[in-house]
Amino acid sequence: MSGTGGGAGSGTGSATERTDVLVIGSGFGGAIAAYHLAAGGAKVVLLERGPWLKGEDFDHDFKLGSSYTRIFDFVVGDGMSVLGGNCVGGGSVVYFAAMPRAPGFVFERRGSIGRRMWPAALTRDTLDPWYDRVAEALPVSQQDWPDVTYAGGLWAAACAHAGGTANPVPVAVDNDRCTNCNWMMAGCRFDAKRSLLLNYLPAAIAHGTEIRPLHEVQHLSRTDDGGYRVHYDVVDGEDYRVHDSSGVIDAKLVVLAAGAGATPVILQRSEPALGPMPYAVGRYFSGNGERLNTAIVDEDRVREVLGLERGDGLAYAANQIGRGPVVANWDRLDPSLPEHSRFSLEQLYFPPGLGTILAQAPGATGPTWFGVEKKEILRRWQSWLTVFIMVEDDNEGVFGPPPATGNAMRLSQQMLGRGNLSYHPTANTLRGWSEADAAVRDILERDGLAEVMPWTNDVVGAYTVHPLASCRIGDDPASSALDDRHELRGHPGIFVTDGSAVPGALTVNPAMTIAALAERAMPAIVEAARERGVPVRYGAPAPDGSTSGRRGAASLVGGLTRR
Amino acid sequence: MRPEENDDVKVRVLTLEAFADTIVPGEKRFPGDRAVAGAASGPGAVAAGAVELIETPAAGLSQGLDWYVTTLNERAREHAAREGLSLDPALPGFVALPFDDRVALVQTLTAPGHPEKELWISLALFSNMAFDTAAHMHTLDAIAEGHPGLAAMNLAAPDSDGLWRFPEYSYGRPLARRHPGTTASGSPA
Repeated sequence: MSGTGGGAGSGTGSATERTDVLVIGSGFGGAIAAYHLAAGGAKVVLLERGPWLKGEDFDHDFKLGSSYTRIFDFVVGDGMSVLGGNCVGGGSVVYFAAMPRAPGFVFERRGSIGRRMWPAALTRDTLDPWYDRVAEALPVSQQDWPDVTYAGGLWAAACAHAGGTANPVPVAVDNDRCTNCNWMMAGCRFDAKRSLLLNYLPAAIAHGTEIRPLHEVQHLSRTDDGGYRVHYDVVDGEDYRVHDSSGVIDAKLVVLAAGAGATPVILQRSEPALGPMPYAVGRYFSGNGERLNTAIVDEDRVREVLGLERGDGLAYAANQIGRGPVVANWDRLDPSLPEHSRFSLEQLYFPPGLGTILAQAPGATGPTWFGVEKKEILRRWQSWLTVFIMVEDDNEGVFGPPPATGNAMRLSQQMLGRGNLSYHPTANTLRGWSEADAAVRDILERDGLAEVMPWTNDVVGAYTVHPLASCRIGDDPASSALDDRHELRGHPGIFVTDGSAVPGALTVNPAMTIAALAERAMPAIVEAARERGVPVRYGAPAPDGSTSGRRGAASLVGGLTRR
Repeated sequence: MRPEENDDVKVRVLTLEAFADTIVPGEKRFPGDRAVAGAASGPGAVAAGAVELIETPAAGLSQGLDWYVTTLNERAREHAAREGLSLDPALPGFVALPFDDRVALVQTLTAPGHPEKELWISLALFSNMAFDTAAHMHTLDAIAEGHPGLAAMNLAAPDSDGLWRFPEYSYGRPLARRHPGTTASGSPA
């Protein structure tokens, strides 16, 4: 299994550890890369800055220090706060597992650069075979109405009442195991959520990948033989502000997948050692155009207008019951509409704290996000319905100089930090949000069903759970950091496969697209590793051995390995 | 503890309580309660444990509490001077402010553009979290003790093993037409 480059003592210094491929980050981009490279024969070491939790480690507990605060990060920036996974499995462990594919028009977007943002080779049609591979691997399943939660059902009924449609969204959830506990953000206690802990990562480990949690990569430098030296700190398992030690590993090829909030920061910090980075590293950040609205539902009107009854005397009062988003409204995903007027509206649940603090009291005469009137709406929390908006933003995020370590100055021992991302929404983004807010109001305030207010952007700026595009692919070197093979321009042997590679907002949840792009990137990454002397072959089946996805994409592989 | 240290602790607790009570207001705990203004019915952030959470080292604010207390009371006296209010000299400045003025000051301190905004937002976030999540306690303990925030939100209790399960979760019937452009994979076209 091990490549010839493995083992200490060869190459650049007798004490320096060496591997064929070093993968940074264990979310979709890192896990998929580690699996294919290890299965193909490369020696792979994966460094993950967060802890390694599984199954029974995932607590139903809001206490600081429980899994809820250990496994994800909330990084406050200037005008944009980013929530992201911070654990082995990355975003897949904390996310809501909604896995729609991006609509076709997204690939034709021009955004702020006056030309097609995506590489010419990428369309929905050419990405579909790679989406199929991910759908087989996780797996992703479709839901039907009996799977839809009360909150999703209420959203669907309200959309229908307003003359629209609503779709149960495809998910990476095993509904037979799901208890609808709504603790998805703290990690799934019941192994119902098909996170990477259940597919790509165990398969990568079975093929020899070594995963090291609590290893935070700080920067890269070059080795004499054309490879890279990866410099990391070992982070304390409880207080992430404390770094216990540091070290280096040399690799022939590096796959960088630390997430769109961290990948560009590592590259920025590497600039003194590696030389200038492409202009687009740390620019064109997109928050996926995200925004939230909270509706305070009138239980009587839900019964009278929509005819909904739970069967226990209640019409709704079910905010706490369920599993993230299950139903989306796609009526505005219309390719004939102008850019920034297209969006999806998805019912969603956020737990108290993250899901309550930014919500505003409708009709408040005093402060909206704190105070007397805010407290009053908290008493009606079980009658809340949260609607998640994903518009096309304008890629207006820019990362400032990197902090001393990691991607944030950590404030709390876990979770809360201050980063250097600045994001000042353009008129285009503001228009998208405004139109989407109006659409939500139109649906939910109709006939007195609810009172609706968007979350405030005045407290922590805008916010995203889906950071994208900060190190993106493209055909134009001026506005993309990566070529369409995901290789960092001017730095051969560094590939980026996480959400930072996605060119822009997708109008839907992006995990499926991030994963499909990572699958698509693998033939070229394997080929580059071979050219660097790593004995590796492309062609692994799905992690469980299934082969239909591999068959479906086989005809595309040759075209992807040619430069 | 020397007498002046004791006084410092009292000032700190009263000031933090008054701030937390501005974020999630509550009823007075006892006659003559000065920190809690009594602006809302039912217990608020203070009764929910806000000061305990703010003082928890894991939250990351504990090292800066002297700054918070000193500055908040300074800002309160500046506010009083601007508004022509005379404050009870026996109380920390912020505690001496009437509730509406506490609200106005916190709105100013947390508004976009205020140079200290991020620091006051942090203090507000933990005041909120004490009420909304009881983040200083195990959630099961908080529920067992009748934590006022979780009770006010009517958070449902877990099963006997401490885990939440909702076997009844669906209306169980079609409630809308699907989008006509939906593809075979269940995604938008």
